[in-house]
Amino acid sequence: MNSIQKNRLKDQLFKYWGMFSTLIGLVLLVVFIGDILIDGLGRIDWSFITNLPSRKPEKSGIYTALMGSVWILLFTAIIAIPVGVAAGVYLEEYSKKNWLSGVLEINISNLAGVPSIIYGLLGLEVFVRIMNLGASVLAGSLTLSLLILPIIIVATREAIKAVPKSIQDASYALGASKWQTIWHQILPASGGGILTGVILALSRAVGETAPLIVVGALAYVPFAPENPMDEFSVLPIQIFNWISRPQHGFIENAAAAIIILLLITFIMNGIAVYFRNKWQKKWK
Amino acid sequence: MAKEMEITMEKAIDLNPVIEATNSVDISKATKIEAKDVNVWYDDFNAIKGINMQIKPNTVTAFIGPSGCGKSTFLRLFNRMNDYIDSHRMEGKIKINGKNIYKRKVNVEELRKEIGMVFQKPNPFPKSIFDNVAYGLKIQGIKDKKLIEERVEKSLKQADLWEEVKDKLKKSALALSGGQQQRLCIARTLAVEPSIILMDEPTSALDPISTAKIENLIFELKKKYTIIIVTHNMQQASRISDYTAFFYIGELIEYGKTKKIFTNPEKKRTENYITGRFG
Repeated sequence: MNSIQKNRLKDQLFKYWGMFSTLIGLVLLVVFIGDILIDGLGRIDWSFITNLPSRKPEKSGIYTALMGSVWILLFTAIIAIPVGVAAGVYLEEYSKKNWLSGVLEINISNLAGVPSIIYGLLGLEVFVRIMNLGASVLAGSLTLSLLILPIIIVATREAIKAVPKSIQDASYALGASKWQTIWHQILPASGGGILTGVILALSRAVGETAPLIVVGALAYVPFAPENPMDEFSVLPIQIFNWISRPQHGFIENAAAAIIILLLITFIMNGIAVYFRNKWQKKWK
Repeated sequence: MAKEMEITMEKAIDLNPVIEATNSVDISKATKIEAKDVNVWYDDFNAIKGINMQIKPNTVTAFIGPSGCGKSTFLRLFNRMNDYIDSHRMEGKIKINGKNIYKRKVNVEELRKEIGMVFQKPNPFPKSIFDNVAYGLKIQGIKDKKLIEERVEKSLKQADLWEEVKDKLKKSALALSGGQQQRLCIARTLAVEPSIILMDEPTSALDPISTAKIENLIFELKKKYTIIIVTHNMQQASRISDYTAFFYIGELIEYGKTKKIFTNPEKKRTENYITGRFG
């Protein structure tokens, strides 16, 4: 075997190894989704979405948990987006590059890797106890906001970095101030990237369970939240609760709720991909 | 060295009578630019070494020299575009109409309305053609639609682009050709009504026909504006400029009437560069 043949063989081997690796993830996902669909699809109907939780599995619905998730998502977005984007803009455009900003940068990246339950403990201490917010939608949203802030900050910075320097130069050269340049040029140009990051971060927040359990979200709430100080449950906690019940009916319910939760995250990710592609086209 | 340089300069351009006149004349018609003992550092690197220079109003001055000689850095001092470079440090004075633009209380945004800049690569905003030209006015807070429309049309006409784009003002500027984009960038600069226009190799990314159009444009514009242009193209410098400054490793080697620099330079290094022996 000469060296050309050897190289070709290596090339082929790597190709198949890569294909196999890609398939592992994909096949597992398909199996999982298929399994869930078989278990849960039959259970989904309108009443499943509109019913309150109940002791009887066939009468149980996800209404309160779904509404809880929506409330949590809404408030998390309201809190995390302005703070995260502002911090990202500050770090990229205003802060001087010195050792302090270096330390800050590394720590923000590190924060993204902190286990979510740690955020839950922080939220419990600071929001629930010290700020005395109780196990409320607000306390849960603040906790999840902390959790996804690093993701939004990093996404914002990456998106801003991708804006061509020449555009900023042009804006400054026409007499625009820093803020005008950020508002009229940098944010619109990086909007797609920022939005993508924000949606992905929020779709992570929707699926979070551990920090909310620690904060005190309830497994059983007979009402949907009506204001930010109300107690709440969310879909993942509802799923967790149902799965730990012995009756088979609840397992079906859990599968059906998982389908709804997956649907929500898939839709959110789909929107993120859509915006990314749309913005990319605009730049070509 | 420095002494010698100043003598060269004074011989080359007889500035004084014009300067006297400028103070009482409409600013936009006669803006005088003066650099005094200018030094620039990037960290420890001395990029500009003690340059003194005066530039006459309503002329085209070409900055030439090999890559890395500091001509672009020097150009960007006049509208303080180097302010954004963290490692950048500047000493000396740049006076425009007798005012040092590096004084602490100078409003940089105001300054840049007076001194426009066109860059090496066409850099239109990812907006419509109209919005590109109107941008400079909008950020000044001008809301009068009629005034903006008039100014956009006037600027596009001045930049010799109006006929090509008048039917598609709402279309994206990114759809224009490179040469059109560069003329759009010139129109955008003109819309703010500056008195000085800095051009940093404005044709280096363009084809010969687009280049010729821009050169013609520069010729027209100098009736109203003071233009400083950095160029790597010797023919271009000799075609369009009235004065030429030759830079080499951060120093101003020779500065004078373009005709003289290109036919009878005083310094051997200038001659070598112009005749293509190095650079």
